[in-house]
Amino acid sequence: MTFEHIVFYAISLILLVSGLLVVTVKNPVKAALFLILCFVSGAALWLLLEAEFLALTLILVYVGAVMVLFLFVVMMLDINIAEMREGFVRYLPVGGVVAVLMMLEMAMILASSKTGLVERSHPVSHGADYSNTAEIGSVLYTDYVYPFEIASVLLVVAIVAAIALTMRKRPQTKKQTPSRQIATRAGDRLRMVDLKSEKKQP
Amino acid sequence: MILLSDYLVLGAILFSISVVGIFLNRKNLVVLLMAIELMLLAVNINFVAASHFLNDISGQVFVFFILTVAAAESAIGLAILIVVFRNRKTINVEEIDSLKG
Repeated sequence: MTFEHIVFYAISLILLVSGLLVVTVKNPVKAALFLILCFVSGAALWLLLEAEFLALTLILVYVGAVMVLFLFVVMMLDINIAEMREGFVRYLPVGGVVAVLMMLEMAMILASSKTGLVERSHPVSHGADYSNTAEIGSVLYTDYVYPFEIASVLLVVAIVAAIALTMRKRPQTKKQTPSRQIATRAGDRLRMVDLKSEKKQP
Repeated sequence: MILLSDYLVLGAILFSISVVGIFLNRKNLVVLLMAIELMLLAVNINFVAASHFLNDISGQVFVFFILTVAAAESAIGLAILIVVFRNRKTINVEEIDSLKG
């Protein structure tokens, strides 16, 4: 049992326990917070696998952006928690059976010696001068440059779609109309009137 | 030494947990979205582990694209959620049945 093993099992335990809590805890805000713990432990596992760039991206993008969005939405909506919990116990047996069967199937395939996964894997531990970011970048901007461009277009589409979906026009709001402001002439605002000067009363 | 199968089994367990989550929280749309995020994390752990153990950087590039798509998906999903809540005053999946599905 090396130090690497201890770290791996500790992080995996945290990951699995917090994953279970995400799906079982009553309050959605707590579920979102446990999901953040899940992502952080996942990032720690990726650091163990020498994928430093992706580990930091996971924390920046998921914990920093997506989960904050989740928390924002969960706290903004007025959710009736008790009503949402109906059928929790009813679906527990069937869900548990399906999940355990699925897990056993996948574990039997992945952990068996017949697939040759263990024999074929020869992980190389890189030194301190190895840059994971440079390695990914050299592949991303050459072989995968078209998927990369498509991904950026996808992000733009997502931004436009999210804004277009949630924006609403309320009739009672007061706002300026710049085109009408520019189109006005001085005559629309100001009228010159000729008045006779009054004489001073004696 | 930690084996590749250890990471793959970890990913399998995490994926199964999120499947349970979809079964248990089938009324709460927010927790359903969270379970989907958990599934994507399990898949990404498998990708990164395979990339490390088979010495192929392409797996990490795929994780990069999955992260992009997942971020877009959750942003649009939450936007739809807000619109649904604004119109129906609920996010209970069983009450969202205007299309008679």
